[in-house]
Amino acid sequence: MNAAPGLTIEGSARFGAVQLFPKLRFEAAPGLWTSLLGPSGVGKTTLLRLIAGLDTGAIFDGQVSASDGAPLEGRVAYMGQGDLLAPWLDVLGNVVLGARLRGEAPDFAKAREIIARVGLARHERERPFALSGGQRQRAALARTLMEDRPVVLLDEPFSSLDARTRTEMQELAGELLAGKTVALITHDPGDAARLSHRAFLMNEGDLSELALPQSAPVRSYDDNEVIAAQAQMLRLLRSGS
Amino acid sequence: MNALMILGRGALIAAIGLLAWQALVWLTGVPAFILPGPVRVGERLWESRSLIAEHAWVTYAQIIMGLALGVLLGIGTALQMILSPFYRSVMRPLVVFSQAIPIFALAPVVTLWLGYGMASKVLFVVLIIYFPIASACYDGLSRTPQGALDLARVMGASRLRTTLRVRAPYAIPSLASGLRLAVAAAPFAAVIGEWVGSSRGLGHMMLLANGRGQTDLMFACLIALAAFTVVLYFAIDALGDALVARFSEPLG
Repeated sequence: MNAAPGLTIEGSARFGAVQLFPKLRFEAAPGLWTSLLGPSGVGKTTLLRLIAGLDTGAIFDGQVSASDGAPLEGRVAYMGQGDLLAPWLDVLGNVVLGARLRGEAPDFAKAREIIARVGLARHERERPFALSGGQRQRAALARTLMEDRPVVLLDEPFSSLDARTRTEMQELAGELLAGKTVALITHDPGDAARLSHRAFLMNEGDLSELALPQSAPVRSYDDNEVIAAQAQMLRLLRSGS
Repeated sequence: MNALMILGRGALIAAIGLLAWQALVWLTGVPAFILPGPVRVGERLWESRSLIAEHAWVTYAQIIMGLALGVLLGIGTALQMILSPFYRSVMRPLVVFSQAIPIFALAPVVTLWLGYGMASKVLFVVLIIYFPIASACYDGLSRTPQGALDLARVMGASRLRTTLRVRAPYAIPSLASGLRLAVAAAPFAAVIGEWVGSSRGLGHMMLLANGRGQTDLMFACLIALAAFTVVLYFAIDALGDALVARFSEPLG
């Protein structure tokens, strides 16, 4: 497996004459989780989409680069707010969608193994509508893992889940994506406090680093330090607006 | 169970319609060459069944062939419009404006070019349904959820594979509604084509029967056409429902 590179995005973005964010610099360290916390509408998603090489509708003045100097294209996996499962494909079909879209022969043995790892072995022949919200998100995670990219971009991946499923998904994603360079966009302090090695608050265009417990992620949801970090993040979020 | 109920309800409505028709004939006392009663039309349908069948299959075949060709061409055009920006810039205004052109007015020209045989009717059916199908499919293909397209992009999909494996399945419900429109319009198109010029077919027979004052035969032809249209409509409707169920999330 190729070593995960770090990534850096530096620049400013605007919609026509309206500035979305001024010149800023966001870094994700190689092989670690970096979270970007912030209220809606500050350009978090735009930042992530710029890294992914997706259309944003904004004019971006700056650059995105990987620490090893090679282009990022083809080395990024993306998990968005919805699960984006294709309704006509079963879980297995959804997990191998990437290979199919690239015209490669899917590795079904590997796909089955990954599906088993996210706990969906008994559901691999079911279509998404037959799955619960948590199971759907697991299927989306399996699809992301199947891509086996060194850089993983997560845009509010847990935002539609109920509290219990959410904490379970945090643990599963934290465990299975370990070793990859992960950039996580979230507006939930819990995600940031439990999962990140470093976390930043994005507000009105500036980034400030947030304090995190010393322990290594994934941290327990009832750890006192995690709860304290979460409360501090919430305080900063509220004072920012 | 459900299908039986629908069938039963259909039979009931048909029975009420026939009774009203017969009542109208009795109450007004109009002569049979103006409005024959359902019993008389039924008798005529039975007596002339081989004659009607001989002409009906021509019309049915024209409708089926025209539908198949028109649908294939329409889907092909829509896919091509998504794949090629140049083709799209040429075809899009054409597809939009074609909805405003009375294509029925082209029937005499088509007959002039392709003669009195089946080809002119098939082409006419194709002309009538091609644009609505192309337009519905193009609409469907261009309304793929943005997230699905982003995913395909990040996964490194080519434009062709994104179109066939992501856009096309998401466009199935639009195709299904396009099919329903097409199947309602196709029988009209075939019969109008026959009225303009033909030597066989139900439309041809209706004109002949009308000219000879055989109104009951005309109605018998009409029933043969209507029965086929209804069967075809329900078949396509069921096909559309099955496709939508296969390709999208059921509601609720």
